[in-house]
Amino acid sequence: MHELSLASGVVDTALRHSGGQTVTVVSLRVGHLRQVVPDSLRFCFEIVARDTACEGAELRLTEVDLTLECRDCGHGWSPRGPAFRCPDCGSAAVTVTGGEELQIEYIEVEDKEDACTARG
Amino acid sequence: MHRTRVRIVEDALDANNTIARANRVDFDRHEVTVLNLMSAPGAGKTTLLERALAQPLDGGTRVGVLEGDVQGSLDADRLASLHIPVTQLNTGNGFGGECHLDANMVRSAIDSLPLAEIDLLVIENVGNLVCPAEFRVGEDARAMVCSVTEGEDKPLKYPLMFRACELVLINKIDLLPHLDIDLDKLLNHLDAVNPGVQRILTSAKTGEGVAQLRTWLSELASRRAHQPGVPGGPSNGPTALHPPIF
Repeated sequence: MHELSLASGVVDTALRHSGGQTVTVVSLRVGHLRQVVPDSLRFCFEIVARDTACEGAELRLTEVDLTLECRDCGHGWSPRGPAFRCPDCGSAAVTVTGGEELQIEYIEVEDKEDACTARG
Repeated sequence: MHRTRVRIVEDALDANNTIARANRVDFDRHEVTVLNLMSAPGAGKTTLLERALAQPLDGGTRVGVLEGDVQGSLDADRLASLHIPVTQLNTGNGFGGECHLDANMVRSAIDSLPLAEIDLLVIENVGNLVCPAEFRVGEDARAMVCSVTEGEDKPLKYPLMFRACELVLINKIDLLPHLDIDLDKLLNHLDAVNPGVQRILTSAKTGEGVAQLRTWLSELASRRAHQPGVPGGPSNGPTALHPPIF
């Protein structure tokens, strides 16, 4: 259900940028913290994309690891589990530098002329 | 076939965030502070609110509740007996019933909210530990209820939710003698996921911690008075959604 909501956001964003053309690829960066199950997201994307210009588009997922940086001592690390306290100095002032993404990087669309020819 | 690549670099939930900002502008215009209250189903959100809002809050803070549910008005009916404004918002019209409130749903309810008559709006989200954390609705603050019956491991399993909140209410502590749960372990897990997050141990049954929650709610509402540009008009504008997602 989580993935279904996210898939709707992905399709809506892609359509908004598609200029009315057929979308063939949607590239998405997904941070580890977003707790997305890739297969589930692909499945939901396929459903939500039906009867839109995104129908049949390939969803390219790039998973982004969780990376953290301590604002007190500057230590940067990639935790194995959800542990957000600095392992070096114990500080709670930690910035997430990667792993929160749910970011559409790019889409690929069929050029209009080709699309017309294909239909014709 | 020729393909053109269109570079976007945009958060997939930007559309939701844009509407959340619009909600925020409306709340700001009426000087209403908004709390997004989340939890798993059955953690005790409604019962805690019943206890906390049974008497008027200190400082004359006037509270209203927006009750989000997939279906029905059972929770809203319970709260209505407190003689505070309660608005029901059902998500059942979505894909078999949305499992969370999003900004657009809250937007659809704004006209039916008595914003001119309240200082603090508590939005009781749909019970769910995943989706509500993803969707901003225009709130000032987010809090969650985690009951001890859910086990020690929930912060580790749902870090998105536990990190999204600035207050975690550890509820049903009256049941601790009957459970195998190790409370220290739960608190340690919470600290690992969201170091230093404020927490209150509560029992809606015995009333433990409810006074602290009431104080926290009053202080949340009075935060607005200390923000530049407020009161005396709308805030400095919808430039950012705050608090930030993490």
